[in-house]
Amino acid sequence: MTPNESKAEMGISDRPKRGVPEGLWIRCPQCKATIFRKEAEARLNVCPECTYHFYLPARDRIAQLLDADSFEEWFTDLRPCDPLEFKDRLPYAERLQAEQAKTGMLDAAVVGRGFIRGRPVVFGVTDFAFMAGSMGSVVGEKLTRAAEEATRLQLPLLFVSGSGGGARMQEGILSLMQMAKISAALGRYDRAGGLYICVLTNPTMGGVAASFALQGDITLAEPGALIGFAGKRTIWNTVRLELPEGFQTSEFLLEHGFIDRIVPRKDLRTEVAKIIDYCEH
Amino acid sequence: MPPRNRLPFESDIYELEDLLERLEVGANGQLGSSEEIRRIRRELVGLKRKIYSNLTPWQTVLVSRHGERPQTMDYVQLIFEDFVELHGDRAIGDDRALRCGFARLGDHRVMVIGHQKGHTLQERTKCFYGCAHPEGYRKALKNMRLAAKFRLPIICLIDTPGAFPGIGAEERGQAQLIATNLLEMSRLETPIVCVVIGEGGSGGALGIGIGDRVSMLEHGYYSVISPEGCAGILWKVATETTKPLAAEALRMTAKDLKRLGVIDDIIPEPLGAAHRDHREMANTLKAYLLRYIRETRPLSVEELLESRYQKFRKMGFYLSGIENA
Ligand SMILES: [Zn+2]
Repeated sequence: MTPNESKAEMGISDRPKRGVPEGLWIRCPQCKATIFRKEAEARLNVCPECTYHFYLPARDRIAQLLDADSFEEWFTDLRPCDPLEFKDRLPYAERLQAEQAKTGMLDAAVVGRGFIRGRPVVFGVTDFAFMAGSMGSVVGEKLTRAAEEATRLQLPLLFVSGSGGGARMQEGILSLMQMAKISAALGRYDRAGGLYICVLTNPTMGGVAASFALQGDITLAEPGALIGFAGKRTIWNTVRLELPEGFQTSEFLLEHGFIDRIVPRKDLRTEVAKIIDYCEH
Repeated sequence: MPPRNRLPFESDIYELEDLLERLEVGANGQLGSSEEIRRIRRELVGLKRKIYSNLTPWQTVLVSRHGERPQTMDYVQLIFEDFVELHGDRAIGDDRALRCGFARLGDHRVMVIGHQKGHTLQERTKCFYGCAHPEGYRKALKNMRLAAKFRLPIICLIDTPGAFPGIGAEERGQAQLIATNLLEMSRLETPIVCVVIGEGGSGGALGIGIGDRVSMLEHGYYSVISPEGCAGILWKVATETTKPLAAEALRMTAKDLKRLGVIDDIIPEPLGAAHRDHREMANTLKAYLLRYIRETRPLSVEELLESRYQKFRKMGFYLSGIENA
């Protein structure tokens, strides 16, 4: 799917600085209800009518999931460059500047260390607002370093994924290789006995789904997230068949045995803490 | 040879080949026109060299997809002996787009894993045009683990437009199976060499693409997305104009990948590409694989895994440190 279409599907505008769309009132893409934005924000960006989980910026995710002021961000100096000198209708270099200005982030990932109900964890999150949360070299490098630090510090590792297309096209083959890089780091972390929990949020597609998002000891998902390998349009173009109801949703993956639990946003902290306690050495 | 799969930019080559064929048939044992035949042969060599040393990225994609280009099962016949195919993935079925089996390479016992696209329409249909399902990736991993148990080197031949995008593939965990392969291949305790022999299509290629050495045939491509897919998204529509633009922008040729540090070696193809001479291509590839196996033999498992880790660890480009004013 293209970033713009998927943003529209998710009910967020092009400037989602504070999570739910700008304006006093917002329309829920699921139940179509018009809701007071403040009310959704007060409920962790969840629709009060139908519990649709709106997009959540990385900063808000950290604030919700980790103990107050416990997060220490790492590797903040890493920033993207343009190794392919990629240019479609817009040069990648310009696209990056625009995305940075729009989101206030240097790239799509934030990693570091924090606490969940008093339990220390290494934490990483990808933010959909920055180029649809796609994985280029910086995202791959940050997540890899986080996994390596978690190995060194012998801490549980928690990633929250959110990515429209998966790999970042504008970094070409290098973005595909980030899948290999982070997988190798998670392989080592696993062998060292670490606990890796991944929380899949809307959407988690393509190369992100086919790498770190589905390599956890425990795979959790927020309700109603779009999760899969191929985009719906690609599938339609290939097989020309009506896609089943609820195709590629969290519930679909749960039914087919690929995730462990669907966890509403409000329960994530408690559930993650509980799982960490079960997996102490 | 039947006139199929003629690539547009090769028309001059075909014209000369046809002329040569007519002269050879006309000569019919007579020595009279042999001088002209020799001249045309020389000209043909020069022409192939000229065309094939200057392929555009999009032309490379077309060559890599050529219907007569050798595929995994062709190499199995031409390079290996005693191939013992292993079919089952132990869960769903036998994916014909991904072939696995024991084989002998010279004096070495190896495990061959490779995509198969098929040459005839019937075979292509069975193989889903080389697009593997989750069961293909599961089968590949099952057999790679078996190889590791007995320290057989693994040879992965990559040739796929991509993992199959379908309803069943998603229901059966396409993303999950590829993710599992990436993680497990990064730590399999046996040497792995991967060669892109044709198309290196995204996650479907990477799903058998983690190795101690990753190389490409000269006219293959390896990319995060097909030029068609990329053109459709970034240029809004895939046309004869935008597909070449996307192919160019993505830097997907062997030369580009070597420059970016993603592949180790470029394996040269016969003059005019692999589809013109399967045997010569197979001989070159065989020599390359044998050399690789000889070179990795003295390494301990620890050394092997450490260098595999560092190989992928280094990939990517980014800026760090304090920003320059
Ligand atoms: Zn709603």
